[in-house]
Amino acid sequence: MIRVVLPPPLRLLAQTATEITVDVAGPVTQRSVLDAVERRYPMLKGTLRDHDTQRRRPLVRFFACEEDLSSEPPDAPLPNEVATGKEPFLVIGAIAGG
Amino acid sequence: MSDVRVLVGTKKGAFILTADGKRKSWDISGPHFAGWEIYHMKGSPADPNRIYVSQSNSWFGQVTPRSDDGGKTWTTVGNKFAYTGVAGTHAWYDGTPHPWEFKRVWHIEPSLGDPDTVYAGVEDAAIFRSTDAGQNWEELSGLRKHDTGPKWQPGAGGLCLHTILIDPSNPRRMFVAISAAGAFRTEDGGETWKPINRGLHSQYIPDPSAEVGHCVHRLAMHRSRPNTLFMQKHWDVMRTDNSGDQWTEVSGNLPTDFGFVIDVNTNEPETIYVVPIKSDSEHYVHEGKLRVFRSRSGGNEWEALTKGLPQQDCYVNVLRDAMSVDSLDPCGIYFGTSGGQVYASADDGDSWTAIVHDLPPVLSVEVQTLS
Repeated sequence: MIRVVLPPPLRLLAQTATEITVDVAGPVTQRSVLDAVERRYPMLKGTLRDHDTQRRRPLVRFFACEEDLSSEPPDAPLPNEVATGKEPFLVIGAIAGG
Repeated sequence: MSDVRVLVGTKKGAFILTADGKRKSWDISGPHFAGWEIYHMKGSPADPNRIYVSQSNSWFGQVTPRSDDGGKTWTTVGNKFAYTGVAGTHAWYDGTPHPWEFKRVWHIEPSLGDPDTVYAGVEDAAIFRSTDAGQNWEELSGLRKHDTGPKWQPGAGGLCLHTILIDPSNPRRMFVAISAAGAFRTEDGGETWKPINRGLHSQYIPDPSAEVGHCVHRLAMHRSRPNTLFMQKHWDVMRTDNSGDQWTEVSGNLPTDFGFVIDVNTNEPETIYVVPIKSDSEHYVHEGKLRVFRSRSGGNEWEALTKGLPQQDCYVNVLRDAMSVDSLDPCGIYFGTSGGQVYASADDGDSWTAIVHDLPPVLSVEVQTLS
């Protein structure tokens, strides 16, 4: 079970609590976690990644275990603490604008 | 007696204001979609409980909620707006080629007869259509692929398609406006488009009378006269009586003819309204006075409407989608400001009252008259 923390605008959109959980079969990566999030909350499609290229939106960041993982390859394994549910995978709206 | 529902989009959410036909006492619900920019929301004429919304922000992009119960509950529907084929380029501010990139939906226009069909005007300028109530969107690419497309340049607010008008007598005939390309018309349901900018004069482009390049801010039509259109251009208020084949300036005695909104009285096709803004570099009302100007002659002769509106130290703007009219008699006129006020008149504009004072900056106002 993977723990994912969503920012307030996406919680509002998905009508969820701060933290959600998703199940991932196979390697736990950015791509597999986000695929699972979008399967469970299809209204989030396009808000984190481009529909077609799957590229992260420019002002969306991914943090975990006090590290900025935004620029990591999408198929790179996430930290073991995330894969085991000890630490959450954080989706962050970058500090920009007002 | 009919009820009135006013749909207000703001920089930080949506608000729904309702009243009976007297339009004196208002109930306010919201914020809906709190914190998101609501560029536009509009109800279907064929099913007023069907409301479409453009919800977006810079972080998470475009979302398109839909309500089937008059705004009580919302469902998030399709938000994939993909240009058809190779996107190509338009002109950037400096004239160099720039790739077409979808940014947001500026305007939503539901079909007049089918609640499941809806059009979206987007930035970078294109028109999309959904025939399944917003689940899937398909570009009507004949517009963007017009021969002049590579020449289109963005206005200060972006290269946005912000106005869509459907001819009530012939739904295959539509008009759109793009900042800063100009106005276009289709006769075949959006397959092919023709620039309709003859008579426009814009000193900020190399050829002031060019076929495209004009910063049209808004078009308006009375449903009984679909061949007559009114235009608030960047500067100049214009009209055409032949569906855009030729435009004539009708700014007349306006104190300034810069502005964004223009609309037509529901019961009087020659009665039109604008809110003059000081200039393109000073986006607030002229002389610190919030004045709606009304012409009962289809332009040229204008009178200032001031009763109930602030007449000193007022420096708000009224954006292009932020004025609307109801279908009652006398006609109700509504507009929202950058200061968060929504003003309403229930007497053709003779007097005004602020329905709400302190919303976030208002981006759009639409009115539904409910029987």
